[in-house]
Amino acid sequence: MTGPLLDSHLVADRGGFRLDIALTAAAGETVALLGPNGAGKTTALRALAGLLPLGAGHVRLDGGTLDDPARRIWTPAERRPIGVVFQDYLLFPHLTALDNVAFGPRCQGASRADARRRAGEWLHRVGLAAHSRAKPRHLSGGQAQRVALARALAVRPALLLLDEPLAALDAGTRLDTRAELGRHLDDHAGATVLVTHDPLDAMILADRIVIIENGGVVQEGDPATITRQPRTDYVARLVGLNLYRGHADRHAVTLPGGFTLTAAGSASGEAFIAFSPGAVALYRSQPDGSPRNVWPATISGIERHGDNIRIQLDGPIAVAADITTTAAADLHLVPGSQLWAALKATETRIYPA
Amino acid sequence: MRDKARTPPVLAIPAVIGVAFLVLPMIGLLVRAPWSTLPRQLATPHVLDALRLSLITSTTATIVSILLGVPLAWLLARSSFPGRRLVRALVTVPLVLPPVVGGVALLLVFGRRGLVGTWLDSQFGITLPFTTAGVVVAEAFVAMPFLVISVEGAIRAADLRYEEAAATLGATRWTVFRRVTLPIVAPGLAAGAVLCWARALGEFGATITFAGNYPGTTQTMPLIVYLALETDPPAAIVLSLILLAVSVTILVGLRERWISAP
Repeated sequence: MTGPLLDSHLVADRGGFRLDIALTAAAGETVALLGPNGAGKTTALRALAGLLPLGAGHVRLDGGTLDDPARRIWTPAERRPIGVVFQDYLLFPHLTALDNVAFGPRCQGASRADARRRAGEWLHRVGLAAHSRAKPRHLSGGQAQRVALARALAVRPALLLLDEPLAALDAGTRLDTRAELGRHLDDHAGATVLVTHDPLDAMILADRIVIIENGGVVQEGDPATITRQPRTDYVARLVGLNLYRGHADRHAVTLPGGFTLTAAGSASGEAFIAFSPGAVALYRSQPDGSPRNVWPATISGIERHGDNIRIQLDGPIAVAADITTTAAADLHLVPGSQLWAALKATETRIYPA
Repeated sequence: MRDKARTPPVLAIPAVIGVAFLVLPMIGLLVRAPWSTLPRQLATPHVLDALRLSLITSTTATIVSILLGVPLAWLLARSSFPGRRLVRALVTVPLVLPPVVGGVALLLVFGRRGLVGTWLDSQFGITLPFTTAGVVVAEAFVAMPFLVISVEGAIRAADLRYEEAAATLGATRWTVFRRVTLPIVAPGLAAGAVLCWARALGEFGATITFAGNYPGTTQTMPLIVYLALETDPPAAIVLSLILLAVSVTILVGLRERWISAP
């Protein structure tokens, strides 16, 4: 078959908010829909699942059209070859783990015995064969997540939708569950769309990341590109970089305020310049010597960040700087202190906007 | 240290009087019961007939209420149609309507010359008044609102997203209702059914007005209690005890099985 397995253009209006994104996914591909709360991620997922009518656009899956408001085509949720893992799993509380997983095959017309046999196989695959008789309230968060995954995959969906599949888990469980989820996604022959606000989930699980803000796509690409070359402040914060957009003339990038940063690379026209907070050095008095970028700055915030201290600075540009605790002790850091910030041109990345 | 359980007298005194008011009549029944003649009273055929009739009619009325009331509750809770609020208000009228008035109203509609009764009689040869079926109709009329209100509340409180999850697994609307909604609202349904059944068991006014008082066919326990009180007071006490015992037994039994289950 040519073209992607999932080809969609999702347009939906919800009380002043408009979602308008194009989303495709190939067979075997995992696409992460990453964005802040309220960006429209869940709306997009509900539209794909058939739980929310599209205002315009289309959803085509596996060669068939599921949705096309302009042609008055609409497929209800129960007739879509789509499996969903919901954020809090929504396992049916009155059914055992086995019967939860058997629910889908039963609805597809399998006999009770056949549905249970298939459900048993799926529970075995997710390592929960021993818990098949347990009611959901007796399962841990990680176990419930795996039952929910087995339940969604047991209908053999062409498209698997995951809504924040790891958000309800504590940090320790999340690590193991994420790794296991990754293995199951690799085995899944259909397409997968993963909705998350956690960049780590997206980076590890997805082949491609689509970042949405305010109902629109702001950036799209493989995890490595997104990490190196963020294109919005939101993405830059997610991947932990300082990001500015300005006008580049070879090595010099002039920002909207008139401040100029010098980069080692070069570009021309509108460009982004990005650098890590760890690349910013702080001094009590104006440094002399090599750094090409030096500017006076005022401390506006101080917080712990891993083993380091993250300093938020005001000045000609707002910037985050990471310094060691030892360095912090020498610098006498209080909000409002005046410092000098320095950045080596070689620590920056420049790329066209 | 403050005593958390300390209750102000202004609340405690009326509360104790309230408990006494509710419990004393039942104690009175037990104290005044003619325990020595109890077995003989129980064995009277018309008492057993009345008890059997009461159990059969109240159970049938409860089943009818479930068959009609659960879909009605679903409609009231889930769909929006014009006049839904009005329908909801009308459905609850029998809760506050004096049962005798209900009986009169039933006669006007289902009586031999009633609006529906005439048609039932001419088309199917069915007459409801003064029959056992009439008892069921009277009891269901009075008791069904209890079930509808209870089930509607349970359906409203149920998490809609479970139904969405079922739909994504391929379940049709009917399968969703049968295999997800209904089991989730089961505790509410059980509570409503018990209330409905108890109300039907105790029904007096609408029954005697609409179905009359014929031993064996329409004479239920509350009717025989009332009649016995005029002719044979000790028998009335025994009959009341039986009703009390039946009600309490079933309430306790269901409570442990259904209502207090987590």
